[in-house]
Amino acid sequence: MCGLDDLVLERGAAALVDGEQIALFRVGEREVLAVQQLDPYSGAQVISRGIVGSRAGAVTVASPMYKQVFDLRTGRCLDALGREPQDLRTWSVRVESDVVMVAADDLEAAAVPGTDGTDRTDGTDGCAGSAGSAGTVRAAAR
Amino acid sequence: MSPLPQQLVVVGGGMVAQRLVEALRARDEAGRWHVTVLAEEPRAPYDRVALTSYFSGRDPESLSLGSPDLWGDPCVTLVRGRSVIALDLAARTVRSDDGTVRGYDRLVLATGSRPTVPPIVGADLPGVFVYRTIDDVAALRGWVEERSAGLDRPVRGAVIGGGLLGLEAAGALQALGTRTTVVQVGSHLMSAQIDLGGGHVLRRLITRLGVDVRVDAATARIRANDRGQVGRLELADGERIDVDVVVLATGVTPRDELARAAGLAVGPRGGVVVDEACRTADPRVWAAGEVACIDGACLGLVAPGYAMAEVVVDRLLGGSAVFPGADTATKLKLSGVDVASFGDAFARTPGALELVHSDPAAGVYKKLVLSDDARTLLGGVLVGDASAYAGLRPMVGRPLAGDPSAHLLPAGSGAGAPGGDLPDDATVCSCNNVTAGTVRAAVTEHGCIDVAGVKACTRAGTSCGSCVPLVKRLVGDELLRAGVAVNAGLCEHVALSRAQLFDAVRVTGLRTFSEIMRRHGTAVAGRGCDICKPVVASILASLDDGHVLDDERAALQDTNDHVMANLQKDGSYSVVPRIPGGEVTPEGLLAIGQVALDYGLYTKITGGQRIDLFGARLEQLPEIWRRLVDAGFESGHAYGKSLRTVKSCVGSTWCRYGVQDAVALAVRLELRYRGLRSPHKLKLGVSGCARECAEARAKDVGVVATDRGWNLYVGGNGGFTPRHARLLAEDLDTESLVRTIDRFLMYYVRTADRLQRTAPWIDEVEGGLDGVRAVVLEDSLGIAADLDAAMARHVEVYEDEWKATLDDPVKLRRFASFVNAPSTADPSLAYVAERGQVRPATPTERADPAVLVAGTTLAVRS
Ligand SMILES: Cc1cc2nc3c(=O)[nH]c(=O)nc-3n(C[C@H](O)[C@H](O)[C@H](O)COP(=O)(O)OP(=O)(O)OC[C@H]3O[C@@H](n4cnc5c(N)ncnc54)[C@H](O)[C@@H]3O)c2cc1C
Ligand code: SF4
Repeated sequence: MCGLDDLVLERGAAALVDGEQIALFRVGEREVLAVQQLDPYSGAQVISRGIVGSRAGAVTVASPMYKQVFDLRTGRCLDALGREPQDLRTWSVRVESDVVMVAADDLEAAAVPGTDGTDRTDGTDGCAGSAGSAGTVRAAAR
Repeated sequence: MSPLPQQLVVVGGGMVAQRLVEALRARDEAGRWHVTVLAEEPRAPYDRVALTSYFSGRDPESLSLGSPDLWGDPCVTLVRGRSVIALDLAARTVRSDDGTVRGYDRLVLATGSRPTVPPIVGADLPGVFVYRTIDDVAALRGWVEERSAGLDRPVRGAVIGGGLLGLEAAGALQALGTRTTVVQVGSHLMSAQIDLGGGHVLRRLITRLGVDVRVDAATARIRANDRGQVGRLELADGERIDVDVVVLATGVTPRDELARAAGLAVGPRGGVVVDEACRTADPRVWAAGEVACIDGACLGLVAPGYAMAEVVVDRLLGGSAVFPGADTATKLKLSGVDVASFGDAFARTPGALELVHSDPAAGVYKKLVLSDDARTLLGGVLVGDASAYAGLRPMVGRPLAGDPSAHLLPAGSGAGAPGGDLPDDATVCSCNNVTAGTVRAAVTEHGCIDVAGVKACTRAGTSCGSCVPLVKRLVGDELLRAGVAVNAGLCEHVALSRAQLFDAVRVTGLRTFSEIMRRHGTAVAGRGCDICKPVVASILASLDDGHVLDDERAALQDTNDHVMANLQKDGSYSVVPRIPGGEVTPEGLLAIGQVALDYGLYTKITGGQRIDLFGARLEQLPEIWRRLVDAGFESGHAYGKSLRTVKSCVGSTWCRYGVQDAVALAVRLELRYRGLRSPHKLKLGVSGCARECAEARAKDVGVVATDRGWNLYVGGNGGFTPRHARLLAEDLDTESLVRTIDRFLMYYVRTADRLQRTAPWIDEVEGGLDGVRAVVLEDSLGIAADLDAAMARHVEVYEDEWKATLDDPVKLRRFASFVNAPSTADPSLAYVAERGQVRPATPTERADPAVLVAGTTLAVRS
C-alpha cells in the first residue's frame, strides 16, 4: 500500500485500491487503521481528512464534512449529530518492516457482520454508506 | 362524579388553550375530563410570541409549542380550521361554521384578540397587513419579496403604531431589506410601557437601526398607487410618505363576540368579564387569556394568560386557585435595542420616588421607581441596556440591598443584583411562573447540572427567554455551592473554556499539543478530538504565529486549515486569493481568470468583494497557489477561523459623497490583520461616508467615515443570529482608530469562547459594550500595552501560508490525492455544466454519464 513514513502521525491519508477508496490513519508509531473513505453522510470521499481524536477511550475520526464521529477500530458511528447512525466499513491492516498492508483476505470475512464491536474485521455492520459494495471489492494489498 | 369523563370544550386554539390542555393532562391523572379544542387557525397552537422569528427563515414547525404528543392524547381532540360561530348557554352547546353542534359540561373561551384596524381610509388596500398569525406574516413576507423583485430600489415600508408590536414589526421589515418608517400617534415610542425620557433615547436607538420614526403623527389616509395597491401615507400634518407595504400595529381588540351574543357581560373596552377564578357569570363558562377581562382589564401578554389557564385547570379539578394578579413586565424583542419595563414603571404609587440615569449620547436611559423610603423597588424602565432586567424584575415589591443607584450603573461594575440574593419565592421566569427556589431545587434536588437541564426540568426560560441570564447565574451559584465545577469545559479532554485555556497556555508558555494536554488536559486527555485540537491550534497560532502545518500542529487542524482551502460538498476545495479592500488590477483579474480557465474552476464573486474558485482537487491546490503567488496574490484565509475580508466602498477618491479614503483604510486594515487566527471568522468593513455603502455595520468591526475622522462600530454579525454593530467610539483619527481595533480584536481573540462571534462575546464581557469600551479605550484592566504588543508581533511575523507551503517539500507531500497514487484524481468527482460553468453532479445526474463534463480534469494549458 505505502510506506509507514508516508503517513503522518495522528492524521489520515487516502489510498486507492482497485477503484475503492480507503482511508488510512496512523494512530501510533506502528499502528495504522483503515476505514472506508466515503463519508456516508455527505457521499463525498473525504473521511481521511477528518481530525483524529478519542471519545471515551475509543480512537475516533470526525468527518470533515458534517462532523459525525466514528470509531476507527470498529467503524461504528459514535455521534451521528441527530442523524441516523451509519457505520463505516473497516479493513485490517498490518505493518511489516515499515510497509503498510491492507489484508485482501479480509474482504470475505467482511461479508459476515461482526457482533461484539471489538473485532477489527466487522466492517459491514450497518455499513449503509458503502452502497452495498462490501465483500465485492478486491484489494490488491501488496 | 359521573363515571364517564366530562366534556370540556375550549374555543380558540392559541397559546393559552395549549397551556390549559397541557396543564390539564398533566394534572388530571384520573381522566375526569375529555377536552376538545376548537381552533380557527389551520394549525395546532404555536408560539405567537416568537412569531417574528418566522422571518429569519424558520419554518412554522419550529414555532410549535410543547410536546406534539399532547394532541395525540386520547383524552384530547383538536379540531383545526373551524371557527365557532354561536354559543348557546341554555342548551350548553357551541356551533361551528360547518354546522357541527357540540355539547359541553364546561366551556373555556380562549379566543384571544384580533388586531385593531383603525378607521383610516385605505386601511383595506392590498399591501396593508396586520401582524398576528403565521398566515399574516407569511403573506407579509410574500408581498415584500414580490415587491422587491419588481423594483430596482429598496422596498419602502411603514408601520403604523410605535408600540412593542410595531417596533418588532419594523425590525422584521428592516430585516427583509425594507426601508422602514414607524408612525406613532403618541408623544414617544412604546408609550404604554416607558416614559418620555426613555422614549427619547429609544427613538435614537431605533433611528440608528436605519428605521425612520415619526412621533405625534396621525395617519390621515392611505392612498393607492396606480395599480390599486398601497402607495402613500398621508399624515395629519400634511407630510406624505411613499410606501410599498404597510403594517398596522395599533393595538388589539378582544374577540368577545361569542360571549356578547350569548349575553355574557363584557368590559368597558371589551373582553369577557370574569372573576378571580376566571369564571363568567355562567358558572359553566370560563374565559382565559387575552379575551378575558379580569380586574377590569384585558391583558395583552402571555404570562397572565398562562396563569389564568392554570387557575381554570385547578378549578376544574376541584381546587380553589385564584388569579394571582398580572405581571405586566415586558421586554422588547428587537435585536440590538434593549428595552424593558416592569412593575410601576410610571411611578403611579403615591409617594413613589424615581431614580434616573440618562446618557443620551451612549443611548442609555435607566429609571428605578422606589417606595417613599427609597428602599423597596416598585418598578423601572431600562432602555439601551436592559441587562439588569432579569435580576431586578423579581425584586419588585422587595427591599433592594445596598445603594439603589448602584443598580443603574453598567452591569459588571460591581453592582447589580446577584442571583444569590434572590429570595426563593421570587419569580424568575414569569412566562412559566418559575421561582428562584424552583430553579435552585432543580440543581440541588433533581440533579440538573447545566442550564439546558434546568430549562427542561422547570420550563424556566423556555418562552420569551429574557430570564435565561438570571437562570444561568442561579444555576452557576447553586452548582458552585454544591461543589460541582461549572462545566464550561471544551470537551472530555479539556475541562477549561477556550478563554481559560488561552490564558493558561500564554502563562505556561507551552507550545506543543502533547505538552499542553499533559499540563492542562483532563485524565483522558491523550489524543484530544475534533473540538479541542483546532482550539489549541488557534491559540498557538495567536500566540506565536508558527505556520499552520508546522510539525505536530498539522495534525490539530481542521481540513480547511490543514490544506488552506475550503472543503466543498463533493470533497473538492475552493480557493480564494486575498484581494485587500476589494481593490484589484485588471492584470490581477486576468491572472485569476486564467487560472480558473486552466483548471476548469467554477468562479463566483463573494460577498466579501473577492473571487472564489471552486472545484479544485486536493492535489491541484499547490499548483494553483503557485500560479496565483507568481501573479502576486497570497492566501485570502477564506478557510480559517481568522480575518476574512475588509469590505469597502470606493470612498472619497471617486465617490462624490465620500469624506474619507475608505479604500486606503480598508487595504491598510486587511494587510494588518490578515492571517489573524480567532475564535470564529472575522469580517471588517469601511464606508467613506454615512451613506454606508459598504454595509460596515453588519461586520464584526465596522468603520464609517465622518467629517472629523472615523466612527467605529463593533459586534455586527450576519449568519444565524444577525446583529447590527454598535457604536464603540466616534470621530477617531486614523492612528487611534487602528490602535482601538488592534485592542478590540486581540481582546476578543484572547477571551472569547470557541466559535463565539463578536456580538455574543460582547454581551458576555462584564459590562457588555461599556465593559469592552473601558478595556480598549480606557485600559480599565491594565492590559492595553500587552494587547498592543501582541498585535505588533502578529503584524511582524505574518507570512503567506501558501507561499511558505510551496517552499517546503515535506509539507507539499500532504497534498497527495492518494498515498499510493499521489496525482490520480479522485474518481468519484463528477460535474455537470450550468450557465456556462461546472457544478457538482447530483446523485441522479451521476447515474447518467451523458450529462457529465470533464470538469477539473481538463489538461493544463501552459
Ligand atoms: C408578533 C407578536 C409578538 C408578541 N410578543 C409577546 C411577548 O414578547 N410577550 C408577551 O407576553 N406576549 C407577546 N405577544 C402576545 C401573545 O402572543 C398573546 O398574549 C398570547 O398569544 C395570548 O394567547 P391567547 O391564547 O389568549 O390568544 P391567541 O394566542 O391569540 O389565541 C387565540 C386563538 O383563538 C382563535 N379563535 C378566536 N376566535 C375563535 C372562534 N370563534 N373559534 C375558533 N377559534 C377562535 C384565534 O384564531 C387564535 O388562534 C405577542 C404577540 C404577537 C402577535
Ligand atoms: S458610503 Fe459614502 S463614500 Fe462610500 S460609496 Fe457610499 S456614498 Fe460614496
